[in-house]
Amino acid sequence: MADLYQLSAASLDALFTALQGDGRRILAPTDRDGRSELNPVHSAGEVAQDYIQTSLSAKETVFPKVEQLLSYDLAPGRVELAGATPRAEPTVVFGIRPCEAGGFQALDAVFNWDSRDAFFNARMANLAVIGIGCTRKDDACFCTSVGGGPGDTKGSDILLTPNPGGYLAEVLTDKGRAIQALAPELFAPAEAAGKAALLVDVPAAFDQPALTAGLPALFDGPLWDEQALRCIGCGACAFVCPTCVCFDIQEEADKQSGRRLRSWDSCGSSQFTLHASGHNPRATQGARWRQRVYHKFSYYPDRYGQLGCVGCGKCTRACPVDMNLKEHLVEASQATVEP
Amino acid sequence: MDLNGKAKELLEAGDVKVVLGFEPGTAGVRRPAFVRKAGRTGRLVFDAACTQNLASYVTRKEVKRLGKVALVARPTTLRALLQLMAERQIQEQDILPLALDAAGQVVELPTAQAIEEHLALESSEIPARDRELLDRLGRMTRQERWDFWQGELSRCVKCYACRNSCPMCYCEHCTMDCNRPQWVPVPSHGLGNLEYHMVRSMHLAGRCVQCGDCGRACPVGIPIHLLTFNAEETVHAQFGQRAGASAKLDYALSTFRPDDKETFIR
Repeated sequence: MADLYQLSAASLDALFTALQGDGRRILAPTDRDGRSELNPVHSAGEVAQDYIQTSLSAKETVFPKVEQLLSYDLAPGRVELAGATPRAEPTVVFGIRPCEAGGFQALDAVFNWDSRDAFFNARMANLAVIGIGCTRKDDACFCTSVGGGPGDTKGSDILLTPNPGGYLAEVLTDKGRAIQALAPELFAPAEAAGKAALLVDVPAAFDQPALTAGLPALFDGPLWDEQALRCIGCGACAFVCPTCVCFDIQEEADKQSGRRLRSWDSCGSSQFTLHASGHNPRATQGARWRQRVYHKFSYYPDRYGQLGCVGCGKCTRACPVDMNLKEHLVEASQATVEP
Repeated sequence: MDLNGKAKELLEAGDVKVVLGFEPGTAGVRRPAFVRKAGRTGRLVFDAACTQNLASYVTRKEVKRLGKVALVARPTTLRALLQLMAERQIQEQDILPLALDAAGQVVELPTAQAIEEHLALESSEIPARDRELLDRLGRMTRQERWDFWQGELSRCVKCYACRNSCPMCYCEHCTMDCNRPQWVPVPSHGLGNLEYHMVRSMHLAGRCVQCGDCGRACPVGIPIHLLTFNAEETVHAQFGQRAGASAKLDYALSTFRPDDKETFIR
């Protein structure tokens, strides 16, 4: 059960000062030519006022687009191997939406599945999330269809809900309580009433459990080729996605030394499953698009007991050809109930 | 005739297998629509919001498989089709471009010559905003320009939306994807990003039809089209050629003439 407080809008600056005084970096949405992106900020005034979502997701704070895993030097008769230490600055991500905050759990499912990823875990341990609930939405949003909601607390250490006096603050975890303890005077006790009325209404667009149950039977159907005709096979959807976790391992080396890097990868790319033999089990864009949907809505629930999608709609907003995920899932849902 | 009527007529007559045009998408955007049944042409729209260069689809194997395509074409789409013909990637009988005439009526442009004549009526000027940005970059010192692109390219995530949306980036096996040998670093670090965009703009020099789709496709808003626009302008200034001006164009950067004015090449 969360502890409830009232945080005035004017007190955010004092909160930011307290966080920085504690040695933490603050990342928050800032404006850039009409887009919003996550950047380091020092005061509340730098935070974007009018945003639904950032273009990229907060996953880059724990799973950066490229990171070094190890390096080596070759000397006569021996190899000097050096592990890389993850850069895991104490960080507070401020102002991301509840959908995106929930995305960290889907990343965790993979990075702590069969082996525990030291890089991801070091960053997660040093990360705290202050989410802000949604008072606005757009046509790409569908959090309520995938188990979330505009005031969902999952993944946030503190969740703020905008209200007339500033914010209703739910302090949810030990990390949240540690932040509160940095400036306890800013948090005034509040009543637990009326949170839902402050939030935007996002009606569910489809029945996700029924979709997940119906997907296996649709695997060989014509739907995916049809939907994917306009897909150009780039990685924009995967790279902006807060839960897409696929990565590539690259070795950059010369005769004397080298380093091993991990970088984002995308199942939409035609090379993603290309075998050394030349065979490609996902030879068409339709097969690759199907993989994207199935990974999130069939294989993830099957393997990890959770979805690989939080309904944030970033993929839809980023797509150069408007592959609207919600719309395609609605269409797939309808196909599962048709005989 | 309006677009819906023309599309219906073509599909009913069996002249084409698919009409590739635009339909309304999320929040008023226009997106590509593949219409294969005469009864489904009602969703097609063609207005100022239809910005995408649909020529990027005609070289995709999933689209080639559908049969002959009628393609709803903006002026830069037509330039791309002519350039693709010049590069022998498509033949005029594979595609039926549909464009708008001065009166707003749909016209069929069944031959390269018809496309060339139609395009001659259109201005090939790049949008004023892009001209202004190019001029601003042109006025910068070399160091300022380097800093500008370093800043912009550091935000690149290498999703390849720019490449994949480009009608002239049709290579089935892109240099970026080569791994034996690996010419360009795969990861999205400083060097990987810089080499990717340098190689891309050099490959597009004299081939860019200036549709700007690469810049529009970028999910983080890098004005990446300015690189290829600039390369195209440079080739035009040096060689007097415009990409997509004709279906019979010798590529300026790979054509040798015995009477070249430069002595070093003879």
